[in-house]
Amino acid sequence: MPLIDPTVVDLSRLQFALTALYHFLFVPLTLGLTILLAAMETTYVITGKQVYKDMTQFWGKLFGINFAIGVATGLTMEFEFGTNWSMFSHYVGDVFGTPLAIEGLMAFFMESTFVGLMFFGWDRLSKPGHLAVTYLVALGSNLSALWILIANGFMQSPAGASFNPDTMRMQFNSFVDLVFSPDAQAKFVHTSIAGFVAGAMFIMGISAYYLLTGRHKEFAARSIRMASVFGLISTLAVVTLGDALGRLDYLVQPTKIAAIEGLWNTTTSPEAPWLLIALPNDKTQSNSLEIGIPYVLTPLVTHSFNAPIPGLLDLEAASQPRILNGIKAINALQQYSTTHDAASLATFQQYENDMGYGFLAQKNAPNQDLNAITPGEMPALLQQTERDTIPNVFVTFWSFRIMMFLGFYFVALFAVMAYFSLKNQLERHTLLLKLCMWSIPAPVLASEFGWITAEAGRQPWSVYGWLPTFQAASSHNVGYMIFSLVGFALLYSLFIAAELYLMFKFARLGPESHDHAAASGKGGTSPMFAKPGFAAKSWE
Amino acid sequence: MEIYVALKIIWAVLLGVLLTGLAVMVGMDMGVGTLLRFVGKTDAERRTALNIIGPHWDGNQVWFILGGGAIFAAFPTLYATSFSVFYVVMILLLFSMIMRPVAFEYRSKVDAKNWRDTWDWAFLISGALPMIVYGAAFGNVLEGVGFHYSWTGQYYQDESFLSYLLNPFAVMCGVMSLALSIYQGGTFLMLRSVEPMYGRARLFATCGGIVAAVLFAAGGVWVAHMNGYVFTGVVNPGMAATPLGGPAVAVQQGAWLNNYHSYPILWLAPALGFVGMIVGTLALRLHLKVLAWWLGAVAWAGTISTVGIAMFPFLMPSSTNPSQSLTVWNSTGSAYNLGWMLFFAVVFVPIILAYTSWAFYVMRGKVRPEAVANDPHSY
Repeated sequence: MPLIDPTVVDLSRLQFALTALYHFLFVPLTLGLTILLAAMETTYVITGKQVYKDMTQFWGKLFGINFAIGVATGLTMEFEFGTNWSMFSHYVGDVFGTPLAIEGLMAFFMESTFVGLMFFGWDRLSKPGHLAVTYLVALGSNLSALWILIANGFMQSPAGASFNPDTMRMQFNSFVDLVFSPDAQAKFVHTSIAGFVAGAMFIMGISAYYLLTGRHKEFAARSIRMASVFGLISTLAVVTLGDALGRLDYLVQPTKIAAIEGLWNTTTSPEAPWLLIALPNDKTQSNSLEIGIPYVLTPLVTHSFNAPIPGLLDLEAASQPRILNGIKAINALQQYSTTHDAASLATFQQYENDMGYGFLAQKNAPNQDLNAITPGEMPALLQQTERDTIPNVFVTFWSFRIMMFLGFYFVALFAVMAYFSLKNQLERHTLLLKLCMWSIPAPVLASEFGWITAEAGRQPWSVYGWLPTFQAASSHNVGYMIFSLVGFALLYSLFIAAELYLMFKFARLGPESHDHAAASGKGGTSPMFAKPGFAAKSWE
Repeated sequence: MEIYVALKIIWAVLLGVLLTGLAVMVGMDMGVGTLLRFVGKTDAERRTALNIIGPHWDGNQVWFILGGGAIFAAFPTLYATSFSVFYVVMILLLFSMIMRPVAFEYRSKVDAKNWRDTWDWAFLISGALPMIVYGAAFGNVLEGVGFHYSWTGQYYQDESFLSYLLNPFAVMCGVMSLALSIYQGGTFLMLRSVEPMYGRARLFATCGGIVAAVLFAAGGVWVAHMNGYVFTGVVNPGMAATPLGGPAVAVQQGAWLNNYHSYPILWLAPALGFVGMIVGTLALRLHLKVLAWWLGAVAWAGTISTVGIAMFPFLMPSSTNPSQSLTVWNSTGSAYNLGWMLFFAVVFVPIILAYTSWAFYVMRGKVRPEAVANDPHSY
């Protein structure tokens, strides 16, 4: 079995990372804004105040601009496993595809069907009817996130499936284990609430712009109050759940947590410093600069004062027996695939849990053949493969830190804004308002770095411990990959340009743009457009 | 094992249902997108056409996404292999599909002729191309596809993508698929528009119906003479789902008609397809719009089940290594997985159909250009 061209693997990874990161520019805002729209409309239905209806419709319009591109780029994600990660899809489709299919049935259908009524149904539905539709959109989008993160949770800490040598793939065997995987559950709440933070910051930032320019003051002040309080609560929840995720990683993905903390050697004492800043060097496997706070790391990660945290060098060394077992497992499996004899099946089953490490070793085997390793070649193969078992420490360390520093910044900003909003002193603090405006993209960036931490920290695995990333790709040629990469880059660049243009345009116009929206159609060639004074009534 | 065989067959049928739902609902929107420039002569008319499917296209599109997800879960190896083997075509499909949501939301938000004209072209491409690819995929699969597997289940491609793009039979299937979608989209435009758009939509829908019927007949003759695939080894439907080490498969001319020769009642499927296309076209000439729309759905159901029955149990035969062909028996998920998926499908598909119908009911009635222009929420 020849390995896939490493260039193709790298290009496939690049394409997946680019399309996923790009998709995720829009998802957090969708998750957060739907919830905030539901809250605003609820206030409107209860109080009957027009300003809350204006708020729902105006923020709804910006939501729509964002939502469209989120849907478009989400299409790519659903198909990219098949188009570029063929071995992955074959190997875990039986368990990984299921949450994706359920997401479509249970969540995405609901979200997408009702979003049409949310935009077009204002005059056709009763007030409570429209409110129910808005809630269903919010519920649908967040349920979508749940099932997607259950699928991702399987890649992070595979639960609910086992390998079947007769079908050469992992097969689903426990729905409960898959769905209630602690990693999936914690990550779902962490990620979707991070979306709420993005939605709150978006509304707060644009409203701050209105206060700065002295327009739509009541609208802006009410929007800021809702957003800052909601944002503060959400950010605190995100930080708490991030801590829970770190503890889970300590238990199930030790290589990731060690890379996040830039930890090369195992800690032995409670005074081990938590590194604020460090320069991890992946070549020399050490940090060339370390600035840390003593006594923080151990309680932070392990929630105790004396549990050791394994360092990367020790984790590498500890993988040696697993690599040796893995090679035996893969060789027995290959034998079994042709002979179907009981002896090789028994050998395989003995070493089955380490088979992923055998796949990992194949790259370093002479002629990529695990059957033909001489004893003389073994030490070099082991040494290389051990080093392959850990992720890129520099990337994991820094993406985590950027995400976390941003998180603490959000807590402070929302707290200060909530305070001044409740005291009705917002307009005095122009510098603070400007800061809010400039912070609009920050929560989305934090989410992106969170994704990089989770997925770069998962390497070298596509499915942690079971399938290395370089084995998971489709066997395309480089030309195919260049074709698709160039196309995605061109299309997505055009999209983001159009998106930003429209966002700025409609944010600048402000909520009143609703009353004049018909004017945007006046350039049409129909004489109907020229007639003023049509009642602002939709449809018939 | 008996339960596993039943689950495999149920999921093969559900795959057909899903592909039909996708073709009817997405096809309708694609038809409207294709016709946009021709049915709408003015900007106001084009906006009207967009707002006719405006409240529904997003929900309809989920059929496409669910198609991807359900094939991934229920037929993992088919998903892994077909999407990769057809890589260049799939990527073209994705490029055109992802233009569409953006085009809907962005087109009418800027009042400039060039801007709107550019997005109108995007609608044409993102409507026509996916439907051609959709039909061509059926054509390519009928003819067999070049691939084989290594012992781990990794697929290897044995043919260039050009053989899928420049395959005359596949192109014909693609054009037929486009014609049916124009029929479906045109019929829906008739339901919700007024003159002069109504008359134009009726003309295009009529052409779509006639072209589809002619190509469906031509396709039938072609398939009768093309190479089909048959098992020559011992078949065990309850086999473990793997394309490796399966029974021997032979290539025989005309073999795709074997199932029809064995069970003549199956000829009902192609008959249903023809009835849908011909009676549907007559119905829309008589202004029976609702009937015509449903007959369009019948035409799709007939066409897709005709292909499914012809190939059963094959799903994607391998022309270069026939014994590794993907079939209903060797490319599904595990029994446990198919069971859970069936549970979710049984619970949620009726709910989806109920709220989709409700959404169409809420938005019923004619859409007039002047109302579109005055509604701040319209596309």
